[in-house]
Amino acid sequence: MDRKYIGKRVVRNEDPRLLTGQAQFVDDVQFPGMLHAAFLRSEYAHARVLKVDVSKAREYPGVVAVFTAEDMGRDWFPGPPLVSPPPTVKDVIFHSRRQVPLVKDKVRHAGEAVAVVIAESRYIAEDAAEQIEVEYEPLEVVLDLEKALAADSPRVHDDLESNLAAQLFQKKGDYEAARKEAEVVIKRRIVIERGAAAAMENRGIVAQWDAKGRHLTVWDTTQAPIPIRNGLAARLGLSESQVRVIAPFIGGGFGPKIMMFYPEEMLIPWVAMKLNRPVKWIEDRRENFYATTQERGQVHDVEIALDRDGRILGIKDDFIHDTGAYDPYGLTIPINTQCHVMGGYDIKNFSSEFRVAFTNRIIATPVRGAGRPQGIFVIERMLDLAARELGMDAAEIRRRNLIQPHAFPYQHEIVDQAFAPLVLDSGNYPAVLDKALEMIGYEKFVKEEQPRLRKEGKYVGIAVAPFIETTGIGPYEGARVTVETSGRVNVATGIGTQGQGHFTSFAQVVAEQIGIKVSDVRVTTGDTSEFHWGTGTFASRGAVVAGNAVHAASSIVRGKILKLASKVLGAPEAELELEDGQVRIADIPQKSVSLGELAALANPLRGAVEPGTEPGLESTAYFGPQYGATAFGTHAMIVETDPETMMVKIRRYVVAEDCGTVLNPLILEGQIHGGVSMGLGNSYYEKLHYDENGQLLNASFADYLLVSSTEMPRIEVGHLETPSPLNELGTKGVGEAGAIPVPALFAQAVQNALHDRDFEILEMPLSPNGLFELLNKETE
Amino acid sequence: MKPAPFEYYAPATMDEALALLAEHGYEAKALAGGQSLIPMMNFRLVQPSVLVDLNNIGGLAHITPGADGSLRIGALTRHNQVETSAVAEQYAPLIHFAMQKIAYPAVRTRGTFGGSLAHADPSAELPALCTALNGRFRLVSGRGERWVSADEFFISLFTTALEPDELLAEAEIPAMPPRSGWSLMETARRPHDFALMGVAAVVALDEQGRCADARIVFLSAGEKPMSAQKAAEALRGQSPSAEAIRAAAESAAANEIDPADDIHGTAKFRRHLANVLCRRALEQAFQRAAGKK
Ligand SMILES: Cc1cc2nc3c(=O)[nH]c(=O)nc-3n(C[C@H](O)[C@H](O)[C@H](O)COP(=O)(O)OP(=O)(O)OC[C@H]3O[C@@H](n4cnc5c(N)ncnc54)[C@H](O)[C@@H]3O)c2cc1C
Repeated sequence: MDRKYIGKRVVRNEDPRLLTGQAQFVDDVQFPGMLHAAFLRSEYAHARVLKVDVSKAREYPGVVAVFTAEDMGRDWFPGPPLVSPPPTVKDVIFHSRRQVPLVKDKVRHAGEAVAVVIAESRYIAEDAAEQIEVEYEPLEVVLDLEKALAADSPRVHDDLESNLAAQLFQKKGDYEAARKEAEVVIKRRIVIERGAAAAMENRGIVAQWDAKGRHLTVWDTTQAPIPIRNGLAARLGLSESQVRVIAPFIGGGFGPKIMMFYPEEMLIPWVAMKLNRPVKWIEDRRENFYATTQERGQVHDVEIALDRDGRILGIKDDFIHDTGAYDPYGLTIPINTQCHVMGGYDIKNFSSEFRVAFTNRIIATPVRGAGRPQGIFVIERMLDLAARELGMDAAEIRRRNLIQPHAFPYQHEIVDQAFAPLVLDSGNYPAVLDKALEMIGYEKFVKEEQPRLRKEGKYVGIAVAPFIETTGIGPYEGARVTVETSGRVNVATGIGTQGQGHFTSFAQVVAEQIGIKVSDVRVTTGDTSEFHWGTGTFASRGAVVAGNAVHAASSIVRGKILKLASKVLGAPEAELELEDGQVRIADIPQKSVSLGELAALANPLRGAVEPGTEPGLESTAYFGPQYGATAFGTHAMIVETDPETMMVKIRRYVVAEDCGTVLNPLILEGQIHGGVSMGLGNSYYEKLHYDENGQLLNASFADYLLVSSTEMPRIEVGHLETPSPLNELGTKGVGEAGAIPVPALFAQAVQNALHDRDFEILEMPLSPNGLFELLNKETE
Repeated sequence: MKPAPFEYYAPATMDEALALLAEHGYEAKALAGGQSLIPMMNFRLVQPSVLVDLNNIGGLAHITPGADGSLRIGALTRHNQVETSAVAEQYAPLIHFAMQKIAYPAVRTRGTFGGSLAHADPSAELPALCTALNGRFRLVSGRGERWVSADEFFISLFTTALEPDELLAEAEIPAMPPRSGWSLMETARRPHDFALMGVAAVVALDEQGRCADARIVFLSAGEKPMSAQKAAEALRGQSPSAEAIRAAAESAAANEIDPADDIHGTAKFRRHLANVLCRRALEQAFQRAAGKK
């Protein structure tokens, strides 16, 4: 389709504000008389709380109040369940245990909040928090996933029979039968450990209670302002219209900012009302490591069965997922994993049971990728082992198994995070694989360059990893599009923005319909006083779900514009065109009327509005997809390793991505770059090290190795576009894509580089030390 | 992550600073670039009740060559001043080269030469390099001044010969003899991280091309800069063959360091790295000494 605005490399509307420091973040919100909160957090991962003595802290000069669970009285209750288990799957076990605002009986992870100090400054609040005396009775900690599920394990929740939080079995075809037919059967244990999301901006909340107006305003770094508003209203005994939640500019979300409710998120507004003073809490980096959700911890026992030609006959993957101390987010992560273990491959037989374990770690909720990288790691590693056993090329074994273009919509059959059997809507997977191979020069590298470099003594390796990403799930989002008398257009939507470029990509969608400069479209996201229907930014759904709602509203407004302009200009609608903020008669461009004039005419000061019509050039519309759109991509890279120091250097990195219609390649590539950097972190740098007491040993950026500019390779991105048939724009999500295949790719590349060594990478993240241990295993 | 309360002084002269230190003793800490001290205060790992800021004192930042080929570097000289100094490159090429391995530019514009030495982090470059180069330091206090060699200055983890009322004023790096060569080899998780393992080698050849002198000092290898004196001694008088270098590296890594396990690497892995890096460092240093490279 010929498009004027969509698909163009438009520079971002929001960047001038962001780059000159004029964008408002939560910590920029200031009020006279504002108080500051600091939390006392448990130093134990698992301990009974015997006594909390806050008397000294209360007396500390500058302290206004100190609260413990007891002080909250009848306002103390656990957070609401966020996501329930899928009702459509039989025999699912699910025990819901939710986080509490302040610990009452026992602490279940290091960093859980025991008390909150409210003082005139954050400095004073922290000084006073040090004065709180807590008597703990330390308990044996639960960390190891297998041991957690053993009958004799200490329990995270005393009222449950075990640490089993959930269990779910899904299958397709008949794995056991397929296995009997197989030429090659490979079984392995694969261990994936936790990482942090580590957004640049930590969490933060400012709450202001207007006692006379009886109105609460909350600035929150949340990805889901509307559910937060609704939940706060319910909890605080207010009506929804008495609460306004603003999610202003946010320095990165990546998933953890949609955990609802964080203890702090419930407490700070409660305290503001109680004290009738504005209260601010800004999470510091150390708290972020102890109090913000994390992800990835899983242990897989996987078996793959193939025929002699490398065709996958079936996969069986049983795994344990670490949900941490509570499970408010339901089964989203392990279900995503289950749905991605088959990758983009046509596999007829599949069997997978997962168990979810409570442990004494911070809660696990989705982090960019959300279970998908684990699934892709599992299948891709197994394919690498199979290729080795069959003496087959890495690209070839993948090509042979990919779902073919004519097979869409493809019945994947496994129930996904949206609670329905997954259907892959569209795509041309082999074309994307070939694009990545071509971009990286796979043939030439494998046949010519690699042998030459190896002769020179260089350990260079190549890898290629395809993946799917389920995106853009329901239920729905909405948007309101208004043409103002200034001729500019205002758009409001309910989702929050954490850097995704919504202010530009949504503006492009509007511009396409209304024919106006992208910079003349003002987008508001994440302010419940502007728009209060919707769920939030997650599951790579902003561009798909909110984007299509914006599109729908814009189309309706376009209709209104044409109708009115036809009257004004005395020409049939079919002869009108919208361009540069004007409606023109196509053949007589000098006969035109501006959008601003039309907006004024649509909202007259005198006269009667015709019955059945609405004033203004405005529309509110919603979009809810039938089911989620699934994107596909393939990453490839070339690495060089130093087998003595175990250092890995990335020489080239290419990405071929098909996420349907591209709204803005610039923004899309930014998403991919960011995703790849997180993926590289998960591969080689970012690991949360817990000691045997459940203490996090690297709770700072000195020891938690975030991928920085010096580790990032230059990334070459190629686009293919198979529009999704599930929405008018044809978009699929891409927010998480970049992160998904990287660990699988990294492992494959390192194995390929060290081709003459006998070792298997079956864990993530790797590290130089980990690699050293793998390579020196048999000599021990 | 806010520091505990403290009093802050910003004296304009060395005498005032020294008087404050004498008055407050162990309660006080000097503040130079703040790149190590401030994070530790924010984590409340240290809680000095008095901070004496040295940044307003004139004359502490300088890079001064001596007539004998030595180089003096003032305590408050920022890492990036050394990094961009042609004089430093000429007189102390090893130190100059090492600057790019210290953190990243933002830290290097604040962090100081003296701060790094006084902090005495065994993973830091400058303590190891000053040891390898036979450097010495001028320490001043209200009681007078004294020179202390790098070998004697570094006592153990974050512990030096500095008394609580003393400040490090400057470092002196002597000239290297003719036919000298140097190398610094490191493995770090990310280029700007403290190294998992690092080693500096400084060697000199005699006229016959045999090893006249060698200094091998490791960083991240023990509680202070770890000098491999026996391995270095064994090289003396020998021709620097691949065999001799290999033997020196192996024995240094096996016997003369004491690396610890931590989350980034086990002692075993660090020893392995020490061996590899020491071999590479000696090879490069001898090549440089012989005028190759
Ligand atoms: C992110 C990061 C990465 C880093 N990476 C590296 C690295 O790779 N390699 C490396 O070597 N260093 C590294 N550093 C440390 C950096 O080099 C610091 O600059 C240095 O350790 C301390 O210097 P400073 O001037 O900041 O000292 P400060 O932090 O101000 O002081 C450190 C200590 O020295 C004392 N002190 C300072 N000056 C004097 C003086 N003149 N006399 C007596 N006592 C004094 C202080 O009282 C304090 O105890 C890193 C730092 C950061 C923040």
